[in-house]
Amino acid sequence: MLIVLLVFAVASVALVPLARRLKTRVFWVAAVVPLGAFVHTLLQAPAVLSQSAAALPLERYSWITELQMTLDVRMDTLSWVLALIVTGIGSLVMFYCGSYFRDDEPGLGRFAAVLLAFAGAMYGLVLADDVYLLFIFWEATSVFSYLLIGHYTHRRSSRGAALQALVTTTLGGLAMLVGLVLLAVQAGTSNLTVILADLPAGPLTTTAIMLVLVGALSKSAIVPLHFWLPGAMAAPTPVSAYLHAAAMVKAGIYLLARFAPAAVDVPGWREVLVVLGLATLFLGGWVALKQTDLKLLLAYGTVSQLGFLVVITGFGTRDAALAAIVYLLAHALFKAALFLIVGIIDHEAGTRDLRKLSGLGRRSPWLAGITVIVLASMAGLPPVIGFVAKESVLHALLVAAQGGGETPLDAAGQAWGAVALVGVVLGSALTVAYSIRFFWGAFARKPDVADITALKVVSRRFVLAPAALAVASLALGPLAGPVDTAVAGYPALFAEASDSAYHLALWHGLTPELGLSALAIALGALLFIARTPFARLQARVSRNYTASDGYWGTLGALDKVAVRVTGVTQRGSLPFYLGVILVVFITVLSVGLVMSDSWPSELRVWDHPAQLAVGVVMIVAAVAATRAQKRFAALVVVGVTGFGMSALFAMQGAPDLALTQILVEVVTLIAFVLVLRRLPARIGDANGSTHRLLRASIGIGVGAVVALTAIVVTGARIEAPISLQWPALAYELGHGSNVVNVALVDLRGWDTFGELAVVIAAATGVASLLFLSGRGDSTPRLNRAEVKQRIRARLDRIREQGSEGELRNAWILAGPTLDPRHRSILLEVVVRLIFHAIIVLWLYLLFAGHNLPGGGFAGGLVAGLALVARYLAGGRYELEAAVPVRAGSILGTGLIIAAGTAAAPLLLGGAPLASTYWEGQLWLLGEVSFVTSTIFDVGVYLIVVGLILDVLRSLGSEVDRQGGDELAPAGRGGTAATGVTS
Amino acid sequence: MTVSLVLVVVMAVLIACGVYLLLERSLTRVVLGFLLIGNGMNLLILIMGGRAGLAPIFDASIDPVEYNDPLPQALILTAIVITFAVSAFLLALIYRSWRLANGDDIADDADDIALRTGTRVVPLEEASIDIGDTEFPVEVQR
Repeated sequence: MLIVLLVFAVASVALVPLARRLKTRVFWVAAVVPLGAFVHTLLQAPAVLSQSAAALPLERYSWITELQMTLDVRMDTLSWVLALIVTGIGSLVMFYCGSYFRDDEPGLGRFAAVLLAFAGAMYGLVLADDVYLLFIFWEATSVFSYLLIGHYTHRRSSRGAALQALVTTTLGGLAMLVGLVLLAVQAGTSNLTVILADLPAGPLTTTAIMLVLVGALSKSAIVPLHFWLPGAMAAPTPVSAYLHAAAMVKAGIYLLARFAPAAVDVPGWREVLVVLGLATLFLGGWVALKQTDLKLLLAYGTVSQLGFLVVITGFGTRDAALAAIVYLLAHALFKAALFLIVGIIDHEAGTRDLRKLSGLGRRSPWLAGITVIVLASMAGLPPVIGFVAKESVLHALLVAAQGGGETPLDAAGQAWGAVALVGVVLGSALTVAYSIRFFWGAFARKPDVADITALKVVSRRFVLAPAALAVASLALGPLAGPVDTAVAGYPALFAEASDSAYHLALWHGLTPELGLSALAIALGALLFIARTPFARLQARVSRNYTASDGYWGTLGALDKVAVRVTGVTQRGSLPFYLGVILVVFITVLSVGLVMSDSWPSELRVWDHPAQLAVGVVMIVAAVAATRAQKRFAALVVVGVTGFGMSALFAMQGAPDLALTQILVEVVTLIAFVLVLRRLPARIGDANGSTHRLLRASIGIGVGAVVALTAIVVTGARIEAPISLQWPALAYELGHGSNVVNVALVDLRGWDTFGELAVVIAAATGVASLLFLSGRGDSTPRLNRAEVKQRIRARLDRIREQGSEGELRNAWILAGPTLDPRHRSILLEVVVRLIFHAIIVLWLYLLFAGHNLPGGGFAGGLVAGLALVARYLAGGRYELEAAVPVRAGSILGTGLIIAAGTAAAPLLLGGAPLASTYWEGQLWLLGEVSFVTSTIFDVGVYLIVVGLILDVLRSLGSEVDRQGGDELAPAGRGGTAATGVTS
Repeated sequence: MTVSLVLVVVMAVLIACGVYLLLERSLTRVVLGFLLIGNGMNLLILIMGGRAGLAPIFDASIDPVEYNDPLPQALILTAIVITFAVSAFLLALIYRSWRLANGDDIADDADDIALRTGTRVVPLEEASIDIGDTEFPVEVQR
């Protein structure tokens, strides 16, 4: 059986390429697969009919052992009958599709593949013995039905109907999943047979069963979830014949039938099912009598018949179970045949509207004959199987109402039996009425309508499928005895058949149920004859509100609520979002602070009196920053806080930090200035501050909360810090005396690595925001010789004009390229003097950092400052001359070095970032020890230099260029664009 | 562990002023607020380090307790460099914003405002499914 499933899967995938070659003939190929499954299932008959539980075909395949999930399939009588229905009707419908579609139908391969996959999923569903496997197939059928209903992708009605069906059945499926999980957890196993064998009573079971009911009822289109089925008539007719008559809607009935033996004692089971089933029965029949479209008539008829099935399946006695399984079979046969016939009529006459069809019976008498047989089965007329089934239903309900049968019911059960009986009889009358209406609408000659003249000849192949189903219905009627033996396994689950038990037969004698049948038929015929006054009555009584409107209304309301909520919360204003986040931050931390009880007992005021002085300066500066109206003023006071920070670091005992902070502060200030020179001085009223009080209170709140948190948290600290071990670790293993530096490149090297990644990303971001095309080292790269020649040429030109220029060899080459107004002789001289000293300084910081304050960061920043000095003195050509390498290359090299240092120990069998050292005596330098983590530091250094270079190139050179700071060709006297604003 | 009150107060003021500036509309002020908050947070980590002490340069004769805690120092160093990198990026944003829009303010999102005031309509699905009376509408009755 699992092999058959696999064949279904593989074949459906293979159909897609085949369809391109074979066109509609692919359906005949596709029909072979369910036919094979049908034959295989038939061959299991001896094992299934043996009525011993041990002999039932059972396959188990271990799937996920950790979760104890196994693929269990089991074929007992119920599964066997349904598998026969699914595969048999599946193959017939496939065969019919071969004549139904045209060769140029779009999506033919997809349709065939999905239809076959659906057949496979349905086959798996009825065989599954594991609860989760059942759910998987259940949802698979929902998804496939979505694809099949929406086959005409260009039609809006198809898409809407498919979505409606999907949403409804999937929601039901979710409820069902919850119920199944509850049952599985309660029973401790997910095997369906084991769960149902011993269902404990209690509220948990009741809830679970009710949830499972929701799923089953949504799938089987029972009130109030029935509206998707008439909508699904937008699907091609073969799909309706298979899914909505024989397969998908039967899944819910199958679930009810499977659960019935165990769940009949669950309070509310019988009541809910009888009430909802009868409601659906009447609603479907009532609306079916109003329909003018044959397909919709059948759809509502299906809804009504499903209600009928639910009543009898959920009733829960042995006779009712026998009646249920036979009626299931009969219904599948006649409903599928009817849908296929409607498809033939639509194909050949071009319409399904019964107001337009006339004279069809005379033209295709064979079709009419087949229809008569099938309609007889639906209406319950002898001698077809439908009659046998209906008789057994009436018998079961009659016996239950009288308190007889294998398991007599109590008074409440008998009452429900009586109610069900009355309802079933009335519902059957409606069924007879719309059956006759169908025949009259399709085939009769109507006096005021012209005959259908444009008719294609109906090929025999086309009619084969419905004809086969009609023959089956006709043949099984007299064969009621063997049918009874075949299905006996299912009623046996309820109670053992005693000698006087009811058995199926075509003729039982003049029994009360025969009389009831006759009554129903008579009423139905009467309803049909009086159709005109009945239609007037319907028009007066019915309202325009349908359950489908409820569905659309719910979706519309959902949309409106979503828009409303989004409108309220998403105001589009960034300060608003930040404000909300900060307010939540304050609230949460305040709650935590209020509830904490670890306040420190003592507070120091300061560590050093100078801290107070520095602190006061910083406070004043910070407050001034909030009130500054000019950009540069604000920048300067923020810089003051930065320098104050470095003083605090120094006083706290962190020389590395102080050094780095000063350097970073300088570079930040310079970067700011490079950008702000292009912006107006005043921040301006257009960006005036609003909501001052609110923002101030949020600010004060955040500051206060963070301060209190700092106090509380330090008070809560009782353990000794792990960094007490670091100095020893740093010296012995890291071979460095500067603990912080060793920590950065060795102990916490991964932090540094991540930081390098951030720096590179930021540098690239800066470049990409400034350079509009390419990484744009578009400033021409100059070497000294070239530049000298250029300058010489320019100076010659200037000399010709008679002005005295600089004739000496200028070390700062690009000086003359600047506008004379922007040159500062003082700056140029100073830079020339100190530049090489700066180079020595950064070399020192880089290599001494391991044992003394310094390190890669400080070295890189100093090198960057040297570049800044050159840039400020000589402009962007000077920068090019100083560093002829691209910033991207420097960044990349640094990253490679850093990554290499991290990864290299892996190749040698150590942990990443492990370091080693060499010690030796070097001539002239004395004892030297070199640690490999210095290489990592070199990588860090390069990346920092690359960042600063990128900043200079972007915010400096590129801004210059975009601002037009060029020296125009000499001869026009040189006009420079506006430069620095003060 | 005890806390130094001066440091806590300075940190609180820095963060308060930083947040005040962060909630502004002018991107320049936002960047300055970001810098202030960055400084404040560095101060917070420094406070976590405890008492002021000797610089953590290893000397075998010194008890490790005398040093200022080196772990927060390493973290602060990382934070300083990252803050600089991010502020450089924000500066580039300011510049680009100025070039494109001649202003550096943070504008409201137009789509969100349209959704709120109802000028943007969310299309709903059709509320009825009409399947017609035939599946082959192009068939002509011959």
